[in-house]
Amino acid sequence: MTLSLQNITKSFSAVRALAGVDLVLRPGEVHAVLGENGAGKSTLMRIANGLLRPDAGTISVDGVTTRFRSARDARRRGIGMVHQHSTAVPALSVMENIALAAGWPVAPAALRRRVEDLTARLSLPLDPSRPASHLSVALKQRLEIVKALASGARILLLDEPTAVLAPAEADELLGFVRGLARAGGAVVLITHKLDEALGVADRITVLRQGRVVRSALRPEFTAAELTTAMIGGEVAVAPRVRKSTDWPVLIRCDALEVARESGTGLRQASFSVRGGELVAVAGIEGNGQRELLRAVAGLRRPFRGLLEVSRPVAFIPEDRSTEGLIPSLTLTENVVLGVGRAASWIVGRRVRRVDWPAARRRTAELLARFGVRAAGSEAPAGSLSGGNQQKLLVARALERRPRVLVAENPTRGLDLQAAADIHARLRAAAAAGAAVLVYSNDLDEVVELGDRVLVAFEGVVAEAPAGADRQAIGAMLLGQEPPRAG
Amino acid sequence: MRGNLRAPGIGLAAVLGGVLLLSLGLEAAGYDAPAALAALWDGAFGSWRAFTGATLLRATPLILIGLGFALALRGGALNIGAEGQFYAGAIAATWMGVHAAQWPGWVALPLVAGAGLAGGAFWMALPVILRLRFGVLEVISTLLLNFVAEALVSLMVQGPLQEPTGVYPQSAPIAMAARLPLLPGTRLHAGFLVALVAAAALSWIFARTWWGFRLRALGEGPRAAEVSGRVPAGRMVAMALFGSAALAGLAGAFEVSGVSYALYQNLSPGYGFTAIGVALLARLRPSAIVLTGVVFGALEAGAGAMQRDAGIPAVAVYVVEATIIIVVLLGQALARRGEGRASPVDAPDAVA
Amino acid sequence: MEPLAVAADVLLAAVGIATPLALAATGETIAERSGVVNLGIEGAMLSGALGGAIGATLAGPAGGLALGILAGVAVAALFAAVAVGAGADQIISGTAVTLGSVGLTGTIYRQFYGAAGVGLSIPTLPPVPIPGLSGIPLLGAAFFAQPITTYLTFGLIPLAWWTIFRTRPGLALRAAGEDPVAARAAGVPVRLTRSVAVLVGGAFAGLAGATLVLAQVGTFAERMTAGRGFIAIAIVVLGRWNPVGAALAALLFGLATALQFAFQAAGLRVPYQLFLMFPYLLTLLALAGVVGRVKAPAALGKQEEGERD
Repeated sequence: MTLSLQNITKSFSAVRALAGVDLVLRPGEVHAVLGENGAGKSTLMRIANGLLRPDAGTISVDGVTTRFRSARDARRRGIGMVHQHSTAVPALSVMENIALAAGWPVAPAALRRRVEDLTARLSLPLDPSRPASHLSVALKQRLEIVKALASGARILLLDEPTAVLAPAEADELLGFVRGLARAGGAVVLITHKLDEALGVADRITVLRQGRVVRSALRPEFTAAELTTAMIGGEVAVAPRVRKSTDWPVLIRCDALEVARESGTGLRQASFSVRGGELVAVAGIEGNGQRELLRAVAGLRRPFRGLLEVSRPVAFIPEDRSTEGLIPSLTLTENVVLGVGRAASWIVGRRVRRVDWPAARRRTAELLARFGVRAAGSEAPAGSLSGGNQQKLLVARALERRPRVLVAENPTRGLDLQAAADIHARLRAAAAAGAAVLVYSNDLDEVVELGDRVLVAFEGVVAEAPAGADRQAIGAMLLGQEPPRAG
Repeated sequence: MRGNLRAPGIGLAAVLGGVLLLSLGLEAAGYDAPAALAALWDGAFGSWRAFTGATLLRATPLILIGLGFALALRGGALNIGAEGQFYAGAIAATWMGVHAAQWPGWVALPLVAGAGLAGGAFWMALPVILRLRFGVLEVISTLLLNFVAEALVSLMVQGPLQEPTGVYPQSAPIAMAARLPLLPGTRLHAGFLVALVAAAALSWIFARTWWGFRLRALGEGPRAAEVSGRVPAGRMVAMALFGSAALAGLAGAFEVSGVSYALYQNLSPGYGFTAIGVALLARLRPSAIVLTGVVFGALEAGAGAMQRDAGIPAVAVYVVEATIIIVVLLGQALARRGEGRASPVDAPDAVA
Repeated sequence: MEPLAVAADVLLAAVGIATPLALAATGETIAERSGVVNLGIEGAMLSGALGGAIGATLAGPAGGLALGILAGVAVAALFAAVAVGAGADQIISGTAVTLGSVGLTGTIYRQFYGAAGVGLSIPTLPPVPIPGLSGIPLLGAAFFAQPITTYLTFGLIPLAWWTIFRTRPGLALRAAGEDPVAARAAGVPVRLTRSVAVLVGGAFAGLAGATLVLAQVGTFAERMTAGRGFIAIAIVVLGRWNPVGAALAALLFGLATALQFAFQAAGLRVPYQLFLMFPYLLTLLALAGVVGRVKAPAALGKQEEGERD
C-alpha cells in the first residue's frame, strides 16, 4: 500500500504551518521526516492520519485520491498513528484498550487469548489485564504500537517515539521499526534527531517552516547536509558565562526522599547547588526527577532527609497552560498571581489589597523587557503563543528576584529561536547569582545547558562525572555505571 | 471575565424568553395569558406594598443564598446544598429565638443572626472535611445533606423544638426581642438591608482584595493557582464554602426572625435551588445578584398572585426560572465555544 | 405478629420501595459511566410519574409505562442538549431541568385533572405472585409476589451490567467516561455516546417514575418523587457505578424506609426521621472510603475536551 500526500497546505489563523508539501510512503520503507519544532512535522502527520483536514492538496492511497474525514477513516484505510503521549484510557486494561481501538469483541477469555497471540507474534510482550495507567512510559508506547497494528495498520506513523525513551529503549524500538519495514509495512518516523534518521531510515524528508527542503534516499545525505537543511541559517546562541565557585550554597539536600507522584518517587538525593550554577537534571519520565524539582520548589513536602533551599524560590512548570498560566485571566492577573504578596502592588496592612493600575504598569514593562508579543497587559494569557507564554512565565519568575530558580522542560514545544532565548535568560539568572535547577527530557538540552548534570534513575539522583558526554549520561539514564570520561 | 459585553444581553434574553415561553404555554393550555401576566406583574410590582412585602421579602433569601453560591463557585466549588444550610441556620436561629424572651433586642438579634451563620457553616463542616481529607466532591455531599437537614427539621418540630401543646409540627413562636425590625410602612424586614451590605462587601472583596483575587484564580485555574505557590487551595476553598454556607444559614435565620417567627417544615419553597439561577443570571457578580435576586423574587411573588387571581398554578414560574437558567447556560457555553474558535490559542503549538 | 411475618412484611415493602430507586439508579449508572452526572434525573422521574398517570388514565397500565418512559426520555433529551450538546455545566443544567420539570408537571397535572386534583383514580399494576417461588418463607412474597415492574427490574439490572462490562458499546461508554480524549482517539464518538447514555438513563428514570405511580403509590401528586432522583444518584455512588451494586444499595434504602414504617406501626419511640437520614449518611461514609473504596469514572462531570497534544 502506498500513501501519497501532494501539495498539502494548512494554516492556523495567520500561521502557515504547511505550504505545498509532498510526501510519498511506500511499503517496505522507513521514511524519516526530520525537522525542528514548528517545522510542520506533526501537522503533516495529523493530516495523513485524518485528525486535521488540509486547506489544499490531495491525499491518495494506491493512486486513488481520497479524503479522510476522521482518524477512524484513516485507520480503516490501514493508517495508524502512534502519538508521543499515550492515548490509552488509563482505567481500562491493556486488552480493553486494544479491543477499543481495534473493534474486537469484549468477552474476556477470548479477548485475552487474542491479545496474547498478537503480542507474542509481534514480540512485544504486554500483560493483557494490567490497567494502562500502571504501565511505564516505554510500555505505554508499546501498547500504542500494538493498538495500531491490531487495528490493521499497514502504515505506521510514529511521532517522535524516542523522545521519552532512554537510548537503549530507543534502540530496541528502532530495531522493531526496521523489522516491520522488512516485513512489508511502511513506517514514518518523525524526529528531530539526525542520528536516528541516518541510522534507520531508507528515505529522509526534511521540513523547515512548513516546506520540504530536501527529500532523498538516505545514502544521499551526510550529517552536515542534514543539519544545514534542518536549521537553515545560524541560530543566535548565548555565550557561556564563566562561573564563580565561591558563591554560597543555595540548595542543599542530603538523603532526601519524596513520596511518589508517578513512577518511583524520589528515594535518594544528596547534592548541593551554589549561586551562579546552572544544574541540569536528566531522567526518563517517572524516575523521581519531577518529585525532586517540586520539592525544591516548595510544592511537595520531603518525606525524609534534609532539604535546605534559600528563598525566594521561583518555579517554572512544564505544563504552561494548566500549571503555569491561567488562560482565562489577563497577563496582569497572571503576573500578580505568580509574584505573590511581596510585590509592590500589594497594599494595605490588615486587609491586603491589589493596586491594579500599578500591577498593569509593571506588567506592561515586563512584556516589553522580555519581548513578549501580546495585545497589551489586559489580553487573556490564553491568547499568547507557546513561546510567548513561556517568556511571560520566565519574566514572572524573575520578577520575584529568586535566589533559586527551578524549571521543568522549559523549552518544550518551542522553536529554536524561542528556546535559545529561554536558555539565555536561565543562564543570565545564574550569572546574576541564582542557583538554577533545570530538568529536561531532551538529553541534548541537558548536555548543552548544564554546568553540571544530575541523573535520576529509579528515584536515585547521581551526579554525572565532569565532562560526561551524551553517551555516558545516556548509560546513566538506564542505571548503568557511567564510563570514565576522557 | 470573558464576554462581559454580551452578558446583559444574554440575561435580558433569558428573562424575556422565559416569560415568552410561559405565555405561549399558558395560551396553548387555554389560559388567558395576558391576564395571567398582568396578575404576575401586579403581584410583584403593582403596589409599594406588593413590591416591598412580597417581591423584596422573597428576594432577600435569594440574594443572600445567591451571594453564597457565587462565593463558592468563584473559588471553583459548587455548593448545591444551600437548602440544607438554610434549614440548619433556621433551626439554630429558632433555638436561639425561643430562648431569647428575657434579652433585649440588641442582644437577641445579633445572637439569632450569629446562630444562623454558625448553623449554616456547621452544615458545611462534613462536606469540607470530606473534600479536603478524602477528595469527595462537595457537589454530592452538599446535595445529600439537604435531605438530612429536611429530616432534621421534621425531627425538631416534632421533638425538641415542638410548640408546647405538642399538637402541631412546628416550633413555638420566637421571642419578640428576636424578631427583626420591619422597615417603616412595609412588611419588609431589616434583613434585606443586610443582604445589600453583604453584596457590597463581597463585591469589594472580589474586585480589590488579594484574597478575593486568589479565590478567583483558584476557580479559573486550580492547578496553576496551586503551583504558583501563592494560593493555599484547600484553606481557601474551605473558607469560601464555609462563607457560602453561612450566608445560606443567615437567610434561614432571617426567614424565621423576619417572616415566619417560627420553624416549620417546608419553610423554604426551594430558595436553595432558585438562588442558583439568581447567581448564574448575574454571572456571579455580587452587585448584579441584587438585581437578579429581585427579578426572581418578583417571579415568586407574582406566582402567588397569578394563582390567586388567574387560577394558574404557582409552580408554573419554575418553568420560567428553569428557562432563564438554561438560556444563560447556553449563552455562556456558545460564547465560550465561539471564542475558542476565534482566538489563536495555541495555534503555533499546534503547528509544532 | 410473629417476628418472621414482620420481617417478611418489611422485606416486601422494602423491595417495592427499592424498585423505582433501582431502576433510576441503573439508568444513572449508565449515564455516569459515560461521564455525565444528570441531576435532571429527579425531573425525569417526576415527569415519568405524571406520564405514567396520564398514560394509565388514557390507555391502561401499559400505556402508563410507555408514556412514563417517553416523558423521561424527553426530559433527558433537554438535559443532553444543554449539558452534552452545548457543553454547559452538568450540575447546574441538571438542577435547572429538574426545576423546570417540577413546574411543568405541576401545571400539566392541574390542567389535566383540574385544580382540585383529587379523585384521581388510575388503573394500577397488581402484584403477580409467581407460583411456587412466592411461597418461599420470608423471601417469597418480597421477591416473587411483586408487580410486573419489579420483575422487569430484575431483568434490566443484569442486562445493564452485561452491556456495560461485556459489550463493545459498553466499552465505548466506559472509555468516554474515563478519558474522553483517549476515547475519541480510539474512534469513540464521545458526544453521541454520552447523549445516548443520558437518553437511556432518562428512559430508566421515566420507567422508575411510572413504576412509582402504577405499582407503589397508585396516584400522582405534585413533587411526588420528593428527591428520589437525587437518592438514585447517591445509590449510584454507594453501588460503585455498577448496576448490581446499585440494586443492592437501592434495597438498603428500601429497607431503611420500610423499617421506619414498621417502627411507627409498632409504636416504637424511635424518631423515624433517623431512618430517613441513615441512608444519606451511609452514602457519605461510602464516599469517604469508610465503607469500602469507591472510584468514580475519571471524567465524570467534565466536558469533553479538545485535542490533548
